Amino acid sequence: MAVSRPNNLELPENVVVSRLDALASWCRKNSLWPMPFATACCGIELMATGAAKHDLARFGAEVFRFSPRQCDLMIVAGRVVMKMLPVLQRIWQQMHEPKWCISMGACASTGGVFDTYAVVQGIDRFIPVDMYVPGCPPRPEQLIQAIIDLQDKIQAEGTITGREFDTAGRQARKRALVEIATPLSIDASRNPVLQRELAARSGRPATAVVPD
Amino acid sequence: MPFTPPAVDDVLAALTNRCAGVTVSEFRGQTRVVVPVESCFDALACLKERGFDLLVDVSCVDYLDYRDPPMQMAGCAGHRYGLVYLLASTTTNQRLTLRVFVDDPEPTVPSAVPLWEAANWLEREVWDLFGIRFAGHPDLRRLVMPEEFAAHPLRKDYPLQGRGERHNFPVITRDHS
Repeated sequence: MAVSRPNNLELPENVVVSRLDALASWCRKNSLWPMPFATACCGIELMATGAAKHDLARFGAEVFRFSPRQCDLMIVAGRVVMKMLPVLQRIWQQMHEPKWCISMGACASTGGVFDTYAVVQGIDRFIPVDMYVPGCPPRPEQLIQAIIDLQDKIQAEGTITGREFDTAGRQARKRALVEIATPLSIDASRNPVLQRELAARSGRPATAVVPD
Repeated sequence: MPFTPPAVDDVLAALTNRCAGVTVSEFRGQTRVVVPVESCFDALACLKERGFDLLVDVSCVDYLDYRDPPMQMAGCAGHRYGLVYLLASTTTNQRLTLRVFVDDPEPTVPSAVPLWEAANWLEREVWDLFGIRFAGHPDLRRLVMPEEFAAHPLRKDYPLQGRGERHNFPVITRDHS
């Protein structure tokens, strides 16, 4: 949608020009609805964060919902065992886009001291995580800091179409760009991304680029 | 000074008469009975008839490579698994520990569910974590571990960190969630 703007446009009073992405991100970051996946003592700190003293409502994130359909921020607070992990994944998949995940505490992030057969050693092995909160358990201030940082992240890179979540696509483009920089020294025969990129640039199917 | 309520002596005498191979010992005032597998169910039934009407717990110990096997208990040398039945009397407040020793392969004891309904889940837990079979159990499924779990994790020859079960899950990335 290209809008041509006259050079001598004068904005009326109380009108601000912005990008739609910035507006959407601003709305999203200030109305995070957390899904409390609290399995251990971190859950107590999570509750304290939402309660009167620390008052998560100051950051627009006080509406804890126990239905994943209504949430956009999953806070995994506590250790996740192998019997619970399929539940965690299912709930994550039931949440609507755009959605974010905070891994709260040592256990959710790394397994903590529970290096045993039943405890998953970090939920980021199996679901995407945006913020990690260290601590055992973290203080409510730390969780609030994580939510503030997540708000910054949403504001900085959020788009109304959710392009920031297309991680594989972005990674592929980044890799292709790096590798195209010195094409003659790279063997593209084993790199399908590079082959596609070369084919797109030259207009013909790419074969191996042979170094001289 | 060890303290044994006199009523227990009668019960133990009856138990020794009824079942062969029963060893009675005492440790810090607690009475302990070691029973061979064959007379395990009989012994439990006898104790229940004579006042030990509450089954507090059923648990198990794996003595594999144990540095000091429970040799002080006569008749249990060299056995691998030691089951523990904790009984109590709700009328006299007495307690009694019954132990049964079993071995690989297929360690099996008769189920106590016909005597106490409470044994149902307790035995399922022991089966789940130690792999002890309870013959005659009505529903011997895993209790705490997931159904698809293949091992009995509290056995001493099972590695503490598992055999990769905790990491055997699909990875959900941003692109398919």
